[in-house]
Amino acid sequence: MSIDLLNHTPTFQKKQKQDIFESPDFYQLDDLLTEEQKLIRSSVRDFVKREISPYIEDWYEKNHFPYEIVKKFGTLGVFGPTVPQAYGGGGLDYTSYGLMMQEIERGDSGMRSTASVQGSLVMYPIQAYGSEAQKQKYLPKLASGEWLGCFGLTEPDHGSNPSGMVTTLKKEGDHYVLNGAKMWISNSPLADVAIVWAKNEEGRIKGIIVEKGMEGFSAPEIHGKWSLRASATGELVFDDVKIPEENILPHIDGLKGPLSCLDKARYGISWGALGAAMDCYDSAKRYALERQQFGKPIASFQLIQKKLAEMLSEITKAQLLCWRLGKLMDEGKATTAQISLGKRNNVQMALEIAREARQIHGGMGITNEYSIMRHMMNLESVVTYEGTHDIHLLILGADITGISAFK
Amino acid sequence: MKILVCITHVPDTTTKIKFNDSNTELDATGVQFVTGPYDDYALSRSMELKEQLNATVTVLNVGTAETEPTIRKALALGADDAIRINAEPTDTYFVAQQIAHVCKENNYDLILMGRESIDFNGGQVHGIVGEILGIPSLSPIMQLDIEDNVAKMVREIEGGKEHLEASLPLILGCQEPIAEWKIPNMRGIMSARSKPLNVVEPVDPEKLTQVEQYELPAPKGECQMIAPEEVEKLIDLLKNEAKVL
Repeated sequence: MSIDLLNHTPTFQKKQKQDIFESPDFYQLDDLLTEEQKLIRSSVRDFVKREISPYIEDWYEKNHFPYEIVKKFGTLGVFGPTVPQAYGGGGLDYTSYGLMMQEIERGDSGMRSTASVQGSLVMYPIQAYGSEAQKQKYLPKLASGEWLGCFGLTEPDHGSNPSGMVTTLKKEGDHYVLNGAKMWISNSPLADVAIVWAKNEEGRIKGIIVEKGMEGFSAPEIHGKWSLRASATGELVFDDVKIPEENILPHIDGLKGPLSCLDKARYGISWGALGAAMDCYDSAKRYALERQQFGKPIASFQLIQKKLAEMLSEITKAQLLCWRLGKLMDEGKATTAQISLGKRNNVQMALEIAREARQIHGGMGITNEYSIMRHMMNLESVVTYEGTHDIHLLILGADITGISAFK
Repeated sequence: MKILVCITHVPDTTTKIKFNDSNTELDATGVQFVTGPYDDYALSRSMELKEQLNATVTVLNVGTAETEPTIRKALALGADDAIRINAEPTDTYFVAQQIAHVCKENNYDLILMGRESIDFNGGQVHGIVGEILGIPSLSPIMQLDIEDNVAKMVREIEGGKEHLEASLPLILGCQEPIAEWKIPNMRGIMSARSKPLNVVEPVDPEKLTQVEQYELPAPKGECQMIAPEEVEKLIDLLKNEAKVL
């Protein structure tokens, strides 16, 4: 029922500074959550404080993805929380899922990326579009963290334009052959399973479950990132990979398959970015009250108060947005454009708060004594992946006018 | 084997304590309540014993309906069922009476609780329950193992540790490092939904004590730094200002 951490043997340097995060709740939004949702949030927060915060700065500095976190996430139950319990998922609502993403990204965006890729981009398509045999085979192992998954849609020359993809799937006798390459794939270097999207002979986009060890399949890591450094990112390369018929997702055809997965992930990012923003705000508030200049705390200066007041205003608005979006998700009414608004608004908000918080922390803000600079660098990826800031704006533009500006 | 774990529902350790206008009650506005930290250790050890000894664990709390989220968390950690005695836990003897009454009806082999709550910090409930039931009561217990109906324990004493053995049944006040506190997982939280939480009325409303007024400790004075070569100044301040010499 619980996570036994007695045998925890960290191999990385533990940060001495204790994680004393306290969540802002200016509009008493906790009153809108159920007791169960609050317990889920506090469990994930406690997990982050114990298992992520003490080590994250060291992982980040060493550009290390702590693979052991996958099993721990599985035991905690943050992989596929909305997947039915019969397949090893949590059977929980979308607000609970959002709160989990908020808390994990409060710790680190890369950690949240691992969780949301596994849940929204790997488990969700298998649950929604897979055969019963595929669900039975993959979902329980992905939910428990025994297997790690990744999602291959973006290609070196096709990011915002996924319909232009050139990865191909061709029928040859009783099987298929996959050729092509995917780029910027979270979790790929260590993944056991990849959900890959490729075009068949008719030009239709199909979903394929590719397994580690298939001949002709490799997943080289991308090095030199200054963002999401505690997350493994790589390529997926397919060189005449033989795909059995039973590895094709049978119940989906076309771009709406991957886009529906992205809706789920982007929803989680709306909450996750809020978590990063809350961490920056909490740290900045604390620092402003402690740091003395001219014989008094810097929090007593109007320009610092302005920064803190604006941060809290934006966080409160984002919290309201997330809560309502969660309700719409639960009711099955959330549209792609509504999710785009949430992802775009909250990530940009978090990035701006990280920058302001960095200024409040002065010189200390650029060091790994505080989480600010790490959040800021992470959010530079988050503002680009899963639909760039500008693409989400154009999705909204198309929804408002009925005219697409990018097709 | 039947284990009872008594838990308290107390303000989080970071709470900024305020009282109502007449200083007779805690002002709970905005206060986050949690499981008593020492109780958390007792609960965590009970979960380990449950697994090792195939035991059942019942959680008990004396408190009003607001304590139920804390009780549900204990169920999410793996307790089998829970009892809430519907009363304010304001008096040590009253609380001990309620626990003892439940114990008499259910014959638990082992009764665990924190060495003390962290609101009133009385640290007396386990002793009084032991006295009422006529069974051994030991506290603060830092290590606990059960073998063949015998508890092997390490207790903290002034200046050292004491190794003890006692036959069950017995009642223990626990503290770290008896177990590392645990985090409920999502499966546990879901399963807690359907576990029984029985609400019972208190058996005897008699309370022996009542709080007349609360008072916050005086704020700490400013720290003065005295240079090592100014010993005379230090003595003067200790004698005439701090009045400790």
